[in-house]
Amino acid sequence: MDRTLRRMADEIVELNDGIDNLIIVGIQRRGVQLAERIAATIKARDDADVPRGALDITLYRDDLQTVGPRPVVGSTTLPWDLTGKCVVIVDDVLYTGRTVRAALDELADFGRPARIALAVLVDRGGRELPIHADVVGKRIDVAPTDRVDVLVEEIDGRDGVVIARRGESA
Amino acid sequence: MTSALGKDLLGLEPLTPDQIRLILDTAEPFKEISERAIKKVPALRGQTIVNLFFEASTRTRISFEFAEKRLSADTVNVASTGSSVQKGETLVDTARNLEAMRIDMVVIRHGASGAARFLADRIESNVINAGDGTHEHPTQGLLDLLTLRDHFGDLTGRRVCIVGDVLHSRVARSNIWGLKKMGAEVAVCGPRSLLPWAIGEFGVTVFSRVEAAIEWAEALNILRLQLERMTAGYIPSLREYNRVFGITRERLDRAPRDILILHPGPMNRGVEIDSDVADGPHSVILHQVTNGVAIRMAVLYLLAGGRPELAEAAKGGSER
Repeated sequence: MDRTLRRMADEIVELNDGIDNLIIVGIQRRGVQLAERIAATIKARDDADVPRGALDITLYRDDLQTVGPRPVVGSTTLPWDLTGKCVVIVDDVLYTGRTVRAALDELADFGRPARIALAVLVDRGGRELPIHADVVGKRIDVAPTDRVDVLVEEIDGRDGVVIARRGESA
Repeated sequence: MTSALGKDLLGLEPLTPDQIRLILDTAEPFKEISERAIKKVPALRGQTIVNLFFEASTRTRISFEFAEKRLSADTVNVASTGSSVQKGETLVDTARNLEAMRIDMVVIRHGASGAARFLADRIESNVINAGDGTHEHPTQGLLDLLTLRDHFGDLTGRRVCIVGDVLHSRVARSNIWGLKKMGAEVAVCGPRSLLPWAIGEFGVTVFSRVEAAIEWAEALNILRLQLERMTAGYIPSLREYNRVFGITRERLDRAPRDILILHPGPMNRGVEIDSDVADGPHSVILHQVTNGVAIRMAVLYLLAGGRPELAEAAKGGSER
């Protein structure tokens, strides 16, 4: 996973043509840790601190009325003016695209970035919205009923990607 | 599926410690929303909420209204004056008529204890009690808990004394239930005529001298002396009340520790609290008001979710 994140960091810098105006925003929960590590890689290589933020999209979901409130709403930390910046959203798994749709809505309430890009560790296909990732760590092919979970050491005690087949629990 | 809190929020007495903790934890991220340039999230978009206020209120009504608007709900305010209530319409008829216009939630303040429960049992919409008679004022109790938690962290074993007119105070009752469920030690202090006759049954310590309460407490929640209810001779005079029970700088200076000062407002400066205490360094009175919006957002949000019939229809709508 470290190697993949290092490559993603390179691609993000490449995509942005440097680190000027770059802001990396992780989506709660595990996107935040991945964003931290990508920023650490950039710092190690270019010796520059890239501003980071965290986004909790719970309150922007389109299914609050159907599934009920999530137990705990995470925190959103975006102490930067996003206007004119190049924002890279970082998330663990890209599936239907609904989380990213919500994240785009939420970012719009914080300013008008010059550009927003999307970087995900795992793209599992199965989009329900016209959304695509600009930087992808790994593409995997799984059935719609399978679960794909990314584990990060900070939360789960180890790094990894777990695929739970239909009927099994992760 | 009902929400984690059930259909309504009527008081803190029926809640479990875990439910109270869930509300307080949910309020944390909502604090940040009020700090944003655009203070609005779409969580309750399309929900209609009626604020039904049969008693005067500024702070609570405005706080609920901000909370509702910052969650993108549509709101209507109904006050008893200038509405059909003045023409003698009963509470339940008013609410049923509103419900016939397809509303989702009712926030009710009423002079009769039990009014919120009465309504909740008779309509489908979620009901939030914004103060009923001398019974409970749960969101005030919750915002007091949140404010205390901001300062103390864990409330277990913390000593909180409620001072003043406990007899008429729904704030006192919600505070006692909530604090005890969070593991705090609770005391009350006031003239005997302003304490409920059976106060012992709440399981709280009773101080008859405010000096003793100040020596014991880490936080004082100072209740408003409800002047509108003071015609029945509960106290000899406001001046005498201030002299015996008023929280003054001189009294606090003799305390063995710094004491956190809370007041649910509106304050009678110079009666139950002196100005230099209310505006002093250990006063968290305005912090309570700020927390009030976050707590009400959390309650609205937690009650709003969970419509089983919609969940069925949207099955397959997935996480990512």
